[in-house]
Amino acid sequence: MFKPSIHLLNKEIRENNFKGALSIMTFFLFLPALIIMFWLFIKGLPVLSLDFLLQDPIRGMTAGGIFPTIVGTFWLVIISVLVSCPLGVLAALYLSEYAADGRTTRIIRLAILNLAGVPSIVHALFGLGAFVLFLRMGTSILAASFTLAVMNLPVIITSTLESLKAVPHSFREASWNVGASKLQTIRHIVLPNSFPGILTGLVFAVGRSAGETAAILFTGVAFYLPFLPQSVFDQCMSLSMHLFTISTQVVGVPEAYPYATALVLILLILSINSISVLLRSYFRTRRKW
Amino acid sequence: MEMKATETAPLAMEWRQKKSTKPKSERFFEGLIKAGGYSSIVLIGAILFFILKESFPFLVGAFDFKNFFFSTNWNPASVNNVSYGILALIVGTLCVTCLSMLIAVPLGLATAFYISEFCSPRLRETYKILIEFLAAIPSVVWGFVAIMMINPMIIKTFNVPIGLNILNASIILALMSLPLIVSVGEDALRAVPDTYREAAEALGATRWEVATRVLLPAAKNGLLAAALLGVGRALGETMAVLMATGHSIQIPKSFFDPARTLTATIAAELGESPKGGEHYQALFAIGLVLFIISLIVNVTADHLIRGRKK
Repeated sequence: MFKPSIHLLNKEIRENNFKGALSIMTFFLFLPALIIMFWLFIKGLPVLSLDFLLQDPIRGMTAGGIFPTIVGTFWLVIISVLVSCPLGVLAALYLSEYAADGRTTRIIRLAILNLAGVPSIVHALFGLGAFVLFLRMGTSILAASFTLAVMNLPVIITSTLESLKAVPHSFREASWNVGASKLQTIRHIVLPNSFPGILTGLVFAVGRSAGETAAILFTGVAFYLPFLPQSVFDQCMSLSMHLFTISTQVVGVPEAYPYATALVLILLILSINSISVLLRSYFRTRRKW
Repeated sequence: MEMKATETAPLAMEWRQKKSTKPKSERFFEGLIKAGGYSSIVLIGAILFFILKESFPFLVGAFDFKNFFFSTNWNPASVNNVSYGILALIVGTLCVTCLSMLIAVPLGLATAFYISEFCSPRLRETYKILIEFLAAIPSVVWGFVAIMMINPMIIKTFNVPIGLNILNASIILALMSLPLIVSVGEDALRAVPDTYREAAEALGATRWEVATRVLLPAAKNGLLAAALLGVGRALGETMAVLMATGHSIQIPKSFFDPARTLTATIAAELGESPKGGEHYQALFAIGLVLFIISLIVNVTADHLIRGRKK
């Protein structure tokens, strides 16, 4: 029989200690998130009701509900995705189907990386300079959505690129061999097969922009508006901004209100993200290759 | 293989000639795709252009390099003693970033090691989804958590008058940048070929030895890039830091002092500054500084990751 020497045993103990320490550290990483969720639920749930969701804020935002902020968030998110989705998909198509691996491609990749890394407040400055002032959109839903779209573009490009790359090259070759042009191949082979991945990335981007605050701060979101936006040239309120306002700027807000607002915001984002995760796993099981 | 390439060359030529006769709609769409491809370069250029444009009068006028970067006197709204010194803001940003990275980098890389090397595939999937959720919590909610939860905790634990300070912001920033550090770090570890692990294990190395002696050196650049991207994230974070640091423009003396960061200053003051005024332009100049810093951080991180792949 083989008996491990003391040296080996020590090694094993050290290894187990190491693994244990790592798993505890990993656990501690997620602990705060769980505690935060739990705590938001406990503090916010008593106020959360249909009335809270469907009423206007009243008495200087110290009472009432958050309806206009939800409407505003929807406007912003939907318009921004409408703008960034086509652009992002085109950019990803170019990178995956057309661009040769050369200097230009490297610069484009670097630009995408930097676009993703630019601080959100710098995006806000850009939105203010470019959309609000230069293109004369004024502080409006349109300007804020465009700013969000610029922020989301790298996210959408990256996720789309990934799903385009996941379509096997043999699919394209088969299509070219039966005489289809490059564009026909893209339209009938590449895009349909990568559609689920693109959709997943899109939903993820929606979740991200729903919570963004800094980028829309000066471009189209108001602290308080007594009416709902009538067109894209109006300002609007947003959930994220509302949370910022009632937790730092307004005095006399009942304690549970910001909790409930935070809870609504986080539930909205988590459910959007869950859709993205579910879509991904659903399509993964149905994938044909 | 060489032979084959030359054989197909005439065919490729023919195909190319055919391409030039393709219908107008097709050429239009391909033009559109190409334009889309260049959009990110255009946008980065546009960001730089518009921030320069808005801050230009300040940069050629009241801007004084020495005063701007080396004076702690940020007093843009004063009537007779206007001063634009961002040193205190830079120091505030650095303090918050460094402390948060001291927490987040070790924790994040340890987690990356655990997820990539030690846990079962199923657990890995679960953790990855959890990381995505953690990354999805918006910064304004983190700021809210800083005010409502961490603030009283710090006051109680350390017996200090205010809990909105550098420590608070660093804890929040650490939690916010962890998902990025973990996922980039994990990518770096996965990029190390399995043959490295197998070779080390064949020599009798335990997994601890594989991790520290083989994977750590092999994935060094990628792990460094992960840390750097975390730094970039922490530097650029705005809302959470605005809410968590407390408002005080000063060189902090301890971690329990409130501070102000570059990003938070823009967010807090741009709304009050009259459009086109000097204060407003100075804030755009701060934006320019932030833009350049983020450019440097991202390009360096990319360089590190690329170096690894070669």
